[in-house]
Amino acid sequence: MSDIAREPARDLRDNKLEQSELAALLLEIWRTPSGWLGSLTSVDHKVVGKRYILTAFAFLVLGGLLAVLMRLQLAGAERKLLSPDLYNQVFTMHGSTMMFLFAVPVMEAFAVYFVPLMVGTRNIAFPRLNAFSYWTFLFGGCFLWIAFLFNVGPDVGWFAYVPLSSLQYNPGKRADVWAQMITFTEVAALAVAVEIVVTVFKQRAVGMTLDRIPVFVWAMLVTSFLVLFAMPSIVVASTSLILDRLVNTHFYDTASGGNVLLWQHLFWFFGHPEVYIIFIPGTGMVSMIIATFAGRPVVGYVIIVLSLIATGFLSFGLWVHHMFTTGLPQLGASMFTASSMLIAVPSGLQIFCWLATLWDGRPVYRTPLLFVLGFFAIFVLGGLSGVMVASVPIDMQVHDTYFVVAHFHYVLIGGAVFPLVGAVYYWFPKITGRMLSERLGRWNFWLAFISFNVAFFPMHILGLMGMPRRVYTYTPEMGWDHLNLLSSAGGAAFAASFALLIANVVLSLRSGALAGDNPWGASTLEWATSSPPPPYNFSRIPVVTHRDPLWAGGGNLPVVAGLSVERREVLLSSIADAEPHTREASPEPSIWPLLTAIATTIFFVGSIFTPWSVVWGTPPIAIALIGWFWPTGSKEDEE
Amino acid sequence: MKQTIVRSVNELPTYGFGSRTGPWWGAMAFIALEGMGFAVAIAAYLYLYAVNPKWPINSPPPDLWPGTLATAVYVLSVIPNELTSRWAHKLDLRGVRIGLVIMSLIGLALLVIRGFEFAHLNARWDLDAYGSVVWFVLALHTTHLATDVGDTLVLTVLMFTRHAKPRRFSDVTDNVFYWNFVVIAWLPLYVLLDWTPRL
Repeated sequence: MSDIAREPARDLRDNKLEQSELAALLLEIWRTPSGWLGSLTSVDHKVVGKRYILTAFAFLVLGGLLAVLMRLQLAGAERKLLSPDLYNQVFTMHGSTMMFLFAVPVMEAFAVYFVPLMVGTRNIAFPRLNAFSYWTFLFGGCFLWIAFLFNVGPDVGWFAYVPLSSLQYNPGKRADVWAQMITFTEVAALAVAVEIVVTVFKQRAVGMTLDRIPVFVWAMLVTSFLVLFAMPSIVVASTSLILDRLVNTHFYDTASGGNVLLWQHLFWFFGHPEVYIIFIPGTGMVSMIIATFAGRPVVGYVIIVLSLIATGFLSFGLWVHHMFTTGLPQLGASMFTASSMLIAVPSGLQIFCWLATLWDGRPVYRTPLLFVLGFFAIFVLGGLSGVMVASVPIDMQVHDTYFVVAHFHYVLIGGAVFPLVGAVYYWFPKITGRMLSERLGRWNFWLAFISFNVAFFPMHILGLMGMPRRVYTYTPEMGWDHLNLLSSAGGAAFAASFALLIANVVLSLRSGALAGDNPWGASTLEWATSSPPPPYNFSRIPVVTHRDPLWAGGGNLPVVAGLSVERREVLLSSIADAEPHTREASPEPSIWPLLTAIATTIFFVGSIFTPWSVVWGTPPIAIALIGWFWPTGSKEDEE
Repeated sequence: MKQTIVRSVNELPTYGFGSRTGPWWGAMAFIALEGMGFAVAIAAYLYLYAVNPKWPINSPPPDLWPGTLATAVYVLSVIPNELTSRWAHKLDLRGVRIGLVIMSLIGLALLVIRGFEFAHLNARWDLDAYGSVVWFVLALHTTHLATDVGDTLVLTVLMFTRHAKPRRFSDVTDNVFYWNFVVIAWLPLYVLLDWTPRL
C-alpha cells in the first residue's frame, strides 16, 4: 500500500463538545455564504427546496391565471375574449405549466426539503446536482413563459400529438419551445430523483431500518423510481420530435416509414406514470397528516408501503388506455382495461387504512386534516369516473370531451393539490417557524372544496352532453352555456381560495404564532429539530429505534457522536438495516452548478435555432462540469 | 430536544468503495435511467421495424466491419478496465495511472471507430424512418461513450496531480463501473443495428 493511504491527522470531532459550542462550529461549516453571490452558491437542501417550492407555486399562479382566462372565455356562448389561436396557446400553456412546472416539481421540492430531515441526515445526496436541478428547472420554466409572452407559446396541447406538432402543420418555433421545455424539466426531475434514491438508500439515520422509514419518504422513493423509468421515454419522444422538425428526420412522417402512433406510445409510456408521479407523493403526505392528527401510527403501515410499490409497478401497464380510440386489437384493449381497473385496488387499500386510522384514533380537525378529508371525497369521485373511462365503450363515447377534463381534474387536484395544500399548512411551521392562521385556513378549505366541485362537477355533464375539449367557443344552440357559466363561477371562486392561501402565508410570515419545534405533536424526525431547522439540520445524527421515534422517545432523542466539526460530513449506512459504515464528505457551496445550468440553457435554447449548437454548446458545459468536479483543496475534497 | 449519546462513529472510515459510497449508488441510478433510455430507443426501433413491410426501407444494411471491430474492442477493453479497478482498490497510484491512460486511449480509439460506424450505416438520418432511428440509437450510445471518455480523461489528469487522494481511487472504481455499463449497453445495440436489418 502506498503512502497515500496513511491515516490523516486526527480532526476535531463532536464527541466532547458542549451543545452551544457544537452548534457554533457546525453553523460555521454548514451555513450558506452570505451576500447575493453567496446565495447563488447555496447547496443547502432547505435553501434549494424553498426556492423550488416558491418557484413551483409561482408557476401554479401563472397556470391558474390561464385557467381563469379560459373559464372567462367559456362562461358564455360565442365570447370573444381570446382568439382561437391564443386559446390554443392558453390551454397548452395551462396543461404544460401545471404538469411540468408545477405538479412534478412541487412534489420533488417538498422531497428535497423534507426527505433529508425525515431520514435524519444533514444534506441531500449530491447537493450540487440539486442546485443544478433547481436552476435548470427555473430557466426552463422562464424560457417557456418568455416564449409565450412573445407569441411563441406552444399551441399543440400538453401532449403535442403528431402530426399536429410536426413541421408541416406547425411551422414556426412553437412546438420546438414545447419540446425543449420538456427537456429542461426532465433533466431537473431526473436529477432530483437520483438524489432522493441515494439519500434514502444510504443516508438514513442509524437504526432507521426499511420498516421504520416514514411513509412520505417511501412515497418519494417510489416516485423517484417512477421518474427514473418513465422520463427517459419522454426524452426520446421530445428529442425525436425536435429532430423531425429541425434536421429532417422521419420518425413521425408516414410517407417515409415513420409512424404517428409511435409518438402516442412514447408519450403515454411516460404520461401515465406521470399521473402517479404526482399522485403518490400526495398519498405520502396524506399518511403523514392522518397519523399526526389522529394521534396514532397509521394503520397498516406495511399494506400502505406495499400499495405504494404496487401502484408504482402497475402504473407502467396502463398507458394504452389513453389510446383506446386509435383502433387497438381487442385483446390489447381488454388487457389495458383490466390493468386500469386493477390499479384502483392498491389505492383503495390505502384509503381503507387511512379510514381505519381515523376511526381508531382521536382525530383533531385542524386545517391540514380538513384538506385530507377533502382529498378523500374528491379523489374517490375522480377514481370512480376513472374506472368508468377504463371501460372501452364508455371511453369511446367520452374521449376528448369535458367528461375526461372533469375526471382528471378530480384525480389530480383531488389526489395531489388538496393533500399538497394540507401539507403546506402542516409543514409551514417547520419551514418558517410560524403557524398559518387556522381561521383563514378553514375559510381556505371550505372555499376550495365547495368551489372546486362547482367548477368541475358540471364538466362531467357537459362532457356527456357532447362538449369537446379544446374548443375556444360554442354556439348558443348547443345548450351548454348555463353549466359553463356555473363552472366559470366555481373556477373564479377556486382561484380566490388560492389567493386566500397566499394571503395567509404572507400575513402569517409577519405575525403568525411562533411554532416551536413540534407544534402538532408529530412523530417523525423533521420535528426533532428547531423550526426553521439550522443549516446542519441536526447537531447530532439521531438513532432510530422505533417507527415513530418522537412518540417512542418520551422527549429524549438518542444520537450518535464522532462526526467531524471541521468539514461537512454525512453518515452513510447500509441499505436494509441502516448500520453506519462511512463518514463521507458532503460537498461545500459552489457557483459551478449555476454556471453549468446557464451553459445547458444556452445549449438547449440554441438547439431550437441551429443544430450546430450541439457542437459549440458542448464545450462550455464540459468546462463547467470540470469546474464543478475539480477538487478545490478544501477539507471536503482532500480526505 | 434532549439528546443522549448512545453510539460512537469515531472509528468509521471517511471513504469506501462500491456500494458503500454515495457516488456508486448515484452512478447506479444514472445507469438505471440511461439503461431505460436505451430500452425505449430499442423499442422505438423495433416498433418502426414492425410497422414497415421492408427493413431497411430504402437502403442496404450497415457495413458490418466497423460495428464488429468496435464490439471486439469493447469486449477486450473490459480487461484493462478491470485491472484499473483492482489497482484502485489497492490504492496503487502507479497502476491506476497506467490503467487510466490505457482506458483513455481505448476510449479515443472507439470514438474514431464510431465515426466509421456512422459513415458505414449506408443511410442518412434524413433518408427515411430507418435512417432516422439508426442514427438516433447510435448517437444515443455515442453520448455515453463520449461522456465516459471525457470523464476518464479528466480523472487521468487528476490522478497525476496532488489531488490523488484515497477518495479519488473510489472515483476511479466508479468510472470503471460506468465503463462496464457503456460496454454492456453496446452489445444489444450491435445486434440491433448490424444484424436486425439482415434478418
